[in-house]
Amino acid sequence: MSDWRYLFAQNRGTLLAIAFFIAMFAIYTSNHPAGFTANVVQTAANKGVLLALVAMAQTFVVITAGIDLSVGAVFVLTNCLASWIVVGTAASATLGVLGVLLTGLACGAINGLIVIYGRLQPIVATIASGAVFFGLALLLRPVPGGDVYGPLADALTGRLFGVVPASLVALGAVVLLVWLPYSRSAIGRAAYAVGSSESAAYMSGVPVDAAKFCAYVLSGLTASLAGLFLTFVTYSGEASAANGNTYTLFSIAAVVLGGVSLFGGSGSAIGAIFGALMFRTIGDLLFVFNLDPLWQPLFQGLVLLAAVCVGSARVFQVRNRLELFPLARTRRRGLRTRSSAGSIRRWRSPSPA
Amino acid sequence: MAIAFACVIVMLLLGSLYSRSFLSPEYLLQQLKVASFLGVIATGTMIVILLGQIDLSIPWVVAVGGMMSTAATGWGPVGDALAIPFGVACGVALGLVNGFGVAYLRIPSMIITLAVNAVAQGLMVVHTGGFSPQDSSSPAMRTLATGEFLLGLPNALIVWAVVGAGAIFLLNRTTFGRAVYGIGNRERAAYLSGIDTQRVVLIAFALAGGLSAFGGVLLAGYASKAAQAMGDAYLLPAIAAVVLGGASILGGRGSYLGTVAGVILITLLQSILSVVQMPEAGRQITYGVVIIAMLLLYGREGRAR
Amino acid sequence: MTRLEPTASPILRMEGVSKRYGGVRALANADLVVFAGRIHGVLGENGAGKSTLIKILSGVVAPDAGRIVLDRAEVAFDSPAAANRAGIVCIFQELSLVPDLSVADNIAISNPPHRFGLIDRRAQRRLAEEALERAGAPDIHPMALVKDLPLSRRQMVEIAKALARKPRVLILDEATSALTAADVAKVFVVLKRLRQEGLALLFISHRMHEIAELADESTVFRNGANVATYVAGTKTDNEVVEMMIGREYSHIFPPKPAVRAKGAAPLLEVRNLSWSDRLRDISFTAEAGEVVGLGGLDGQGQRELLLALFGVLRGLSGEIRVAGVPVSPSSPHAAKGKRIGMALIPEDRKTEGLMLPMSVRENLSFAALPRVSRGGVIDRGREQGLVGEMIDLLDIQTAGTNIPAGALSGGNQQKVVIAKWLMAEPRIILLNDPTRGIDVGTKQEIYMLLRRLADEGAAIVFYTTDYDELIGCCDRALVLYNGAIRRELAGAEITERALIASALNISSEEAAAGASA
Repeated sequence: MSDWRYLFAQNRGTLLAIAFFIAMFAIYTSNHPAGFTANVVQTAANKGVLLALVAMAQTFVVITAGIDLSVGAVFVLTNCLASWIVVGTAASATLGVLGVLLTGLACGAINGLIVIYGRLQPIVATIASGAVFFGLALLLRPVPGGDVYGPLADALTGRLFGVVPASLVALGAVVLLVWLPYSRSAIGRAAYAVGSSESAAYMSGVPVDAAKFCAYVLSGLTASLAGLFLTFVTYSGEASAANGNTYTLFSIAAVVLGGVSLFGGSGSAIGAIFGALMFRTIGDLLFVFNLDPLWQPLFQGLVLLAAVCVGSARVFQVRNRLELFPLARTRRRGLRTRSSAGSIRRWRSPSPA
Repeated sequence: MAIAFACVIVMLLLGSLYSRSFLSPEYLLQQLKVASFLGVIATGTMIVILLGQIDLSIPWVVAVGGMMSTAATGWGPVGDALAIPFGVACGVALGLVNGFGVAYLRIPSMIITLAVNAVAQGLMVVHTGGFSPQDSSSPAMRTLATGEFLLGLPNALIVWAVVGAGAIFLLNRTTFGRAVYGIGNRERAAYLSGIDTQRVVLIAFALAGGLSAFGGVLLAGYASKAAQAMGDAYLLPAIAAVVLGGASILGGRGSYLGTVAGVILITLLQSILSVVQMPEAGRQITYGVVIIAMLLLYGREGRAR
Repeated sequence: MTRLEPTASPILRMEGVSKRYGGVRALANADLVVFAGRIHGVLGENGAGKSTLIKILSGVVAPDAGRIVLDRAEVAFDSPAAANRAGIVCIFQELSLVPDLSVADNIAISNPPHRFGLIDRRAQRRLAEEALERAGAPDIHPMALVKDLPLSRRQMVEIAKALARKPRVLILDEATSALTAADVAKVFVVLKRLRQEGLALLFISHRMHEIAELADESTVFRNGANVATYVAGTKTDNEVVEMMIGREYSHIFPPKPAVRAKGAAPLLEVRNLSWSDRLRDISFTAEAGEVVGLGGLDGQGQRELLLALFGVLRGLSGEIRVAGVPVSPSSPHAAKGKRIGMALIPEDRKTEGLMLPMSVRENLSFAALPRVSRGGVIDRGREQGLVGEMIDLLDIQTAGTNIPAGALSGGNQQKVVIAKWLMAEPRIILLNDPTRGIDVGTKQEIYMLLRRLADEGAAIVFYTTDYDELIGCCDRALVLYNGAIRRELAGAEITERALIASALNISSEEAAAGASA
């Protein structure tokens, strides 16, 4: 019995996101002029899955207490690439899909290398690498256009058995094939450990650099899945800066709403996925209530602002204000070499309880 | 900073190989005028970066500055007079939200400024859609941005010089500036030295918001009108200018003259890329690569000043 | 000294190990021999070199000289993981647990059981349950998050985690200090069982009775070297304290004024101050002109007390009065203000006292900015003048006022930290171990300065881990134990024996009786 209690407590963020999403989606469909029909669900699903995949990409990095502001750019780049190479026969399209995924992987690897071995702050490094990725996208598609291998696109954006949106099934498959193995693997565990406490992770012999690198690579890969899917939805590639920025921003919103801690160490991609679906539904709710769609961005912005503020409540529980000023940037190398005599006291004993 | 100025000179020489006019006073003055807008925005960015924080709300705060000031002109002569201060005040307000989140709620600056950026965007979408507002700039704004002072000195450049002088004074001569550097170096030590760190952070973000918005006001004056996406092109260049000018992205280190060099460098880079008809794609890639390369150079250094 | 009869060849042997931190000698030519199937106690006062010894053994720092022999083979560890692989596992203070992971995840973190390439959660759970059982804490749920556990439970998880690594040498560094009495009893049963299983245990504790109960033999450290090793039961508490004393007296202290006239209200008065479970009902006064020392073992609440006075801690109960007026500083900013006039020389000059990349001038005037500015604008001339005064006053050796503070030597950096606060003209000066890690000459200058400041009317509260300083510098000394004032000593009562006895929480009468016997 008590196992359930712990499972529940540890997945509270994810479960809350799911519950909120279901509630909102229920409100959405029950007020939708067309009601709960396969069509409504399919359209909502296709839109939601795009953001869900980008949010999942963001989650990998956020768990390690990093951030990837280039997810949107990778998303746009792979969309443009797919509109060139996922075409022709089934065989060439398959090769094209592989090429797109490899590109995403490479983008992630570049980010990882810059952040880990170049020791740059992830924020600035990924803004800059995002500019490069977006430039490449523009190079590929100075104007919107292109095509995509139709049968695959239709299969993935359509419905299975006439009811279930295929995109949701595909999303489920990604979770099953990527997220679940990852979160149960040693490297995934290491990512959580690094995000929660890098120094403790190091002291426990966790491969810190490998865990971070893997997170960035997976982030790039998942973002490329989203880019691929966008091509299937739109049948074309477009190097849209607005799209890239919006998706980067929304991915962070989704991650926050999905109960993933921006400080790293906790949360799951499943939460982020439901956060993304919830965020999409919030935007669409205004529509079914006949509110001017003009209010949508503001509403979404306010939801995001509120979500990040709620997460900060812990600040008021801190009893030693020095904890608010962490001895930041404790690189694990620093841990070994920090040789001031003062550091001996890191090892002091706490008083008995 | 020296590296940045050296790069400026190298870039000018490279440009002059392409065309003689690169070294003409007219061209240089024109570049400085264009650089002024980025310069004003980067000033605020720099103060925030010196704190060890970052402001990602630049794009829409710039837009808010431009759009709110032009909207004010719709209120008649009073609005005309208040256009500039009103636009700046809106930016300060958004900056205060950023600063409050960072200083008092201790939300990572990257996150709260992204959220504020989204809110600002939402506000502007509602603003333009709902009330079909006045979007042309006031005469004063146009004069400030496009006019010329004595000897053909562009007003915009003078504005930047005034803002810059103010920033140099603030950073080097006041207790506020000293506190900014101190917090950027070691917030814990600054706090334990009895600095009211929260207030300093709040003010710094408010200043950054105000300066971004002021940049937007000038841009609106320059283009005679405000537009929604007017700030999008300024986030990366503003941060890049500060970092290329030798300021540490981790805070606590950097001089305003370095930022000036960075701003000119970026502007020249843009100008050359456009003169050689580099497409937008190539510009983006060049930006990104140059910034990462410079960061890696500075990052390796890792020592103090 | 009793000679030991080795029953077998030792499993671990350290020979001539030395370590310096900057200019400070932490460990000098230390030897240690540990046998399998025995519990080896390690004793020593603050700064005797125990922590450094453990860090070297567990691969956290590398020794400058000497060798470590494990099972007849010389070893060198470049990381804690390497030490673990060799079979040396150290139980740290909460530092090695990842807060957001579950107990089971933490226990299996370095080597989780795998199945089909993924972590086998069931096997991991079994492993965790086993380890917790062995550690004597089967009540801890393996799925609980570490961050949700109280400190004493976390410590038990640490022990379980160490056991799960199947160590041959287990180091316990004050591992019992966070535990409740019931837990300590359980842990002792576990440790005795491990001894039977043939493990070598290195047990470091400042609780003398624990060492007496557990250890088969013990080594006493002093001044970075082992001074004696004895078989359990052959030395009385008093004899052990005697071995720990005997530091080299290398300092000369300024004379203390004999008797002072008491003022109307003490400059600083603290009444029933409590905070969390780290400060318990603390009351004391510090008069103008008085140096009050805080003593006791490291980590007994001394730092928290200083931080509480300086407005850093939230949720205090009790009362603080300055010159008879109740105050409640809510931040260092408020504590620094005219009304209170407090200064805190912080613990770590590199992270709390200075901005190392900033210039000596900027650092010196940082706490006194209001004094060198008008309307927020810094008066450069006045700043330079005061900075010069301070450099002269403390005789700071610097190549100029514009070089980075980080370029100065440790002792001069510490002088800058002190000077920057003197520049703010405080009337109450709190010092958090200001002489740690600096050279003898500078220490002496600091002693002189403290006395002079007191003579000029300041009240000084001085926490130090060096007993000599309490004896030599302080008019009164408060010995803290477990967050409460255990003993207050004044004048000639401040002796090394009294300080150590009360710090270890053994009655000093007993110690005194032992000495006279």
